[in-house]
Amino acid sequence: MDFEYTSDQQLLRDSVTRLLTDKYDFESRKRYLAAGGRSREIWHQFAELGLLGLPFGESEGGLGAGAVELLIVMEAFGRHLVLEPYLATIVLGGGCLRYGASTQLRQEVLPQLIGGTHLAAFAHSERQARFDLADIATTARRSGKDWVLNGAKKYVLHGASADYLIICARVSGEQRDRHGLALFVVDARSSGLERRGYLTQDGTSAADLTLSDVHVDGGRLIGDPDSALPIVEKVVADGIAAACAEAVGAMERAFEMTVDYLKTRKQFGTTIGSFQALQHRAVDMLVALEQARSMALYAAMMSSEPDVEARNQALSAAKVQICRSARFIGEQAVQLHGGIGVTEECQVGHYYRRLTMLELLFGDAAHHLSLLTATGSESTSATPPST
Amino acid sequence: MDLRFTTDELAFRAEAREFFRTALPAPLRSKCILGQRLTREELKLWQGILNNKGWATPAWDPEWGGTGWSAVKQYIFKEELHMAPAPEPLSFNVNMIGPTLIAFGTPEQKRRFLPKIASLEYWFCQGFSEPGAGSDLASLRTQAQRDGDHYVINGQKLWTSTAHFADWCFLLVRTDPQARKQQGITYLLMDMKTPGITVRPIITLDGHHETNEMFLENVRVPVENRLGEENKGWDYAKYLLGHERSGIARVGVSKLRVRRAKELATRVLAGGRPLSEDSGFRQRVAALEVELKALEITQMRVISESMHSASGKPDPKASILKMKGSELQQAATQLLLEVAGYDAMEYDGEFLRGVSRAHPDDTDWALTVAPNHYWIRHVSIVGGSNEIQRNILAKQVLDL
Repeated sequence: MDFEYTSDQQLLRDSVTRLLTDKYDFESRKRYLAAGGRSREIWHQFAELGLLGLPFGESEGGLGAGAVELLIVMEAFGRHLVLEPYLATIVLGGGCLRYGASTQLRQEVLPQLIGGTHLAAFAHSERQARFDLADIATTARRSGKDWVLNGAKKYVLHGASADYLIICARVSGEQRDRHGLALFVVDARSSGLERRGYLTQDGTSAADLTLSDVHVDGGRLIGDPDSALPIVEKVVADGIAAACAEAVGAMERAFEMTVDYLKTRKQFGTTIGSFQALQHRAVDMLVALEQARSMALYAAMMSSEPDVEARNQALSAAKVQICRSARFIGEQAVQLHGGIGVTEECQVGHYYRRLTMLELLFGDAAHHLSLLTATGSESTSATPPST
Repeated sequence: MDLRFTTDELAFRAEAREFFRTALPAPLRSKCILGQRLTREELKLWQGILNNKGWATPAWDPEWGGTGWSAVKQYIFKEELHMAPAPEPLSFNVNMIGPTLIAFGTPEQKRRFLPKIASLEYWFCQGFSEPGAGSDLASLRTQAQRDGDHYVINGQKLWTSTAHFADWCFLLVRTDPQARKQQGITYLLMDMKTPGITVRPIITLDGHHETNEMFLENVRVPVENRLGEENKGWDYAKYLLGHERSGIARVGVSKLRVRRAKELATRVLAGGRPLSEDSGFRQRVAALEVELKALEITQMRVISESMHSASGKPDPKASILKMKGSELQQAATQLLLEVAGYDAMEYDGEFLRGVSRAHPDDTDWALTVAPNHYWIRHVSIVGGSNEIQRNILAKQVLDL
């Protein structure tokens, strides 16, 4: 057991932090947001730094890094409220390809993602599904050597700017069956594909898709038709781990800003941080942060656990803790800032908005708590799970 | 970074688990599972078994009987002990006076006391708190005046737990009333057979006698039983703060209680179905398990950091473990109360002490639930209340 970063991991952390400190301060972020919700220049620098190739195999031009490296990057993104499509393109879209696609498809698409020339998005959620990953009404039927897709997708992160849409569709079975799902790599310019782009509450880009007889070449299928759900679940496990790490970064920064504010804001002739009620609240935020940090580490470690049930249990447990800590820290960060905390100009509220969106992403605390209680097995084993 | 135990650590865990399975006498295990109070003799028996194995004082300097285990192994040991469940070796001896003597005692004091502290031949109690000195410990007023080769002590101590079992007491006394309050305090070791000591029971909410008040009237303690220098006692008392890391959160204790609550809930009917199938109950269990998992990892992070930090300085994050750990112990105990329902209502002080019922019933387990629910309130109060822990964190970590 060892919680230390290796020197390579420390190096990665330092270089990401340096880049974001230079290029992703709050004012720069506002500019990126106004200019379409992201920065192409930053994305290019991510590519140069090797961040875009982080999780991919060396044969595909990646670095073959693991979950801890992803955690380091996402935590830094959380601290700076990074708007870029890293989760969408590298973790989710790229993850589908990495886990399921043919060598040919990987060799075609992944270098484009790693090089930063193309973006991918993961088009999975549907209106009726809420957080249920198997609830897919979008259909795919064979037509010669093509597949024909029909249906609609919602909340596709960075779906409007993506070049590739990794779309989950049903080839057989009932709407909520666990089998009968397939993943397709769909060119965003395909005819019959309509996209409505928008921003989420925190400025993240997203899109809703409508699919009307969208033809996809048979070679663009990821893995076998019928068995996409395990890939989806694996990718979402990575996504949860990434969201947990990002949330920890955002919580950490919101907490730091709050403690700084307590040390500078004066009322009644003294800094408000000298009041015990506020000191104790700040300590409770610290406890919530450290508990969240622990579970983000746990999520990172367990995201690659081969025992699927143990993996899903662990990630649900992590998400519950992250959601609860995020809610408490986000709300208290605003509260302790007083009136200025509810204004657009004050940074802390932007962290609260992002944290609230991260709570929802991949299922909120109530959802994951019911997953934990539905399966009935312990989320707390006697020891760290061993593989 | 690797959160998993190494092969070596896993092998040690198996060894510790096997030891607790075979070495712990069955009646003690049964009392621990039921949450019954142990007698002086039972605790001495168990600590003797641990000491013969060389495992009574793992964290001590190996020169004085420590095992030399890594912090991770010490943690594993505590966890296995808590989950066995086995009684903890006497904390006053093993976690408090032992390490303090090793750090500040004279060679003669170490030779004289440490082996008997490890074996529990000398049972120590702690004479720190006073009626006017609780959270504000440094305001203590019990006085010691020098008279030749002796200190003569007069005053009153409070919350001297197990003083009625103890052979010795480590206590703080005021030797310089003029000095600033932290600077006039001396640390003494007092033989409990010395004339002038009166121990009176304090019965706690669980109906049990564990703690006491202690009156000191012209009690003569030889100067050779002083720890370190005169008027430096506060430094020695503070030494332990933040150093106790393994097992301070008692995650194993809470995990065992939650596991037991879940097992017992399968036997309890609610609305004609086992309580264990009730969705509200299951959600409360799961929520608690999530927090325990997080605390378990936080605990391991603190341990891991201590192994990498060269300074050996106390880690204020230990206060997080203490705060959150005590809250979760209380929550786990509350879960047992929920499972027990009406069966928790009957008071039976004898059963709490381990006396079997004349007509045993399969709901007897519930008889200890409410007393333990009351008693567990103390864990967020002793050793610096959770509010004091927040003060420490605000000052030392947040610099507020």
